[in-house]
Amino acid sequence: MLFDHPLPEVIDRAGLDQLVKLLQADGYTVVGPTERDGALVLDELAGGADLPDGIGVETGAGHYRLRERADGAVFNHSAGPQSWKQFVHPPRQRVDAPEPVRRLAFIGVRPCDLAALAILDGVLGAAPYPDDRYLARRDQIFVVAVNCVEPGNTCFCASTGTGPAAEWGYDLVLTEQEGEGGHRFLLGTGSVAGEEILDRLTHRTATGGEIREARRAVDDAAGSMGRSMPETDLRGLLNRARGSEHWEQVANRCLACANCTMVCPTCFCTTVEDATDLEGDNAERWQRWDSCFDPDFSYIHGGAVRKSVGSRYRQWMSHKLSTWHDQFGTSGCVGCGRCIAWCPAGIDITAEAAALAEKERTR
Amino acid sequence: MGKPTLAVWKFTSCDGCQLTLLDCEDELLAIADAVQIKHFPEATRKDLPGPFDVSLVEGSISTPAEAERIKRIREETGTLVAIGACATSGGIQALRNFADLDEFQRIIYPHPEFLHSLEQVAPIAAHVDVDYELRGCPIDKRQLLGLLSALLKGRRPDLPKGAVCNECKQRGVNCLLVEGKEPCLGPITQAGCGAICPSYNRGCYGCFGPSDSAQPEALIPVLSRLGLADPDIVRMLRTYNAAAPKLAAAGDRLEGAHDDA
Repeated sequence: MLFDHPLPEVIDRAGLDQLVKLLQADGYTVVGPTERDGALVLDELAGGADLPDGIGVETGAGHYRLRERADGAVFNHSAGPQSWKQFVHPPRQRVDAPEPVRRLAFIGVRPCDLAALAILDGVLGAAPYPDDRYLARRDQIFVVAVNCVEPGNTCFCASTGTGPAAEWGYDLVLTEQEGEGGHRFLLGTGSVAGEEILDRLTHRTATGGEIREARRAVDDAAGSMGRSMPETDLRGLLNRARGSEHWEQVANRCLACANCTMVCPTCFCTTVEDATDLEGDNAERWQRWDSCFDPDFSYIHGGAVRKSVGSRYRQWMSHKLSTWHDQFGTSGCVGCGRCIAWCPAGIDITAEAAALAEKERTR
Repeated sequence: MGKPTLAVWKFTSCDGCQLTLLDCEDELLAIADAVQIKHFPEATRKDLPGPFDVSLVEGSISTPAEAERIKRIREETGTLVAIGACATSGGIQALRNFADLDEFQRIIYPHPEFLHSLEQVAPIAAHVDVDYELRGCPIDKRQLLGLLSALLKGRRPDLPKGAVCNECKQRGVNCLLVEGKEPCLGPITQAGCGAICPSYNRGCYGCFGPSDSAQPEALIPVLSRLGLADPDIVRMLRTYNAAAPKLAAAGDRLEGAHDDA
């Protein structure tokens, strides 16, 4: 289990800066949370100082604000407007020319987002038709995960089985601790590459107290999620709800703006655009993110299949929670809460799932 | 075979969209090489007869003479493209659709009897079939070049119908609405500008007009939560694309709600 084998080591805040430096020295472009324009975004870090020390977030349905924390915690903030998807499956990429692959190190990947990367691996990286560009990028990535000890108001990974503890899929995993004994990070390894980096870091072995404290913090986090998915068979519920009148109720609030699909760490749909220059000497083919909320998404001969906004929300939510199982063998939702916070209208997938369950129960 | 022929037409408008074509400085010679320009009032006095393979039409239909002229242009044109907010929704002059035309004319002109105006300012598509629309006030240069390149090669131009939010998220611009910073019409406005205003922390003011799936009624409560009073929201909806049916309907309903009260 997480904190038992191998026993974690401990680094201090300066150790985090050292970690960024070591990764950079090894040729990695280090990407992590950093403050920009009122949110914690994921971007290239020049150094550890770019990490958001002491910055927290306040989230709600259609609501996101930065706040100053009482402590100097670096990673105690729930998901911002971006996910790691943008680095492994970029918003726009040219697909008819070779792409130089960068070695990226992700710092601060939460368990929900580790789960999302695993889902994308299954969607984009799996046989028989893997996306070679995705695989090439993914192969080069070094993952520093962070156990979640302070879920936000829009978080519900405990109810989707994707957090708050990082179980696998990382090279290193951090658990942040503040208070008595100073600001420090318990550090566990998940790969040989992670062990090699650990050997070069200034570290000490964790005490029994620190390990117990870390275990307790992660356990507590599971019980302090701001939201939860209803405890029911969501796959069956959504499958049976195709004809529900509830979709039109959601449509009255839905902007059909596609924000939920853009911020979702597992939404992977794309469209292709061709470009030629005026002379006709050069042609390029680009792939860009698309959304099932876009009217052209279901366009076939004769028009769009899903004309109403209600049918598009149903498609998105049903795919995420139900038909994703049929297609890829898992749920497509990791409980990160981005779609709730970053929906301008504040539509809440957990509340809509609960409403569907309630309607079915009382029918 | 000769070069494809291009005509650029002006109706009721400020000429700004024609200027977008002239602003294509780096590409202007390539355009002039690729097509024969038969009519383009902002660029040349030359006025060659049709037919025209492609007509770019700027401006709204505001007078009986314009209503006749656009019919002739349509008859002589292969692919007709309406460019800019005036041509695609009626533009800012369509604000007069919400007021008393006679009163306006009496106040402004010494001899209103010389004026010949249509009752309603209308987009090109209200009078003739339109093949493609370029939205915006003014139009976007990259979209214009993309359209011309596509038409020259017989491709379908890439003109996304979704909301500006797609572009904000794809270029990493944080949501002004969710952060509570600015009222923004991005969620109901058609993409294509590249999310220029939000990228400068300015709310989208909707110059590209409503997106295909725009739900203004769903945005009204979001704007209210940011502290906007209903008259402010009506003013936001009634600017460059005031007469676009979805925006007009939402504004009318909000105004009606106050008239009843």
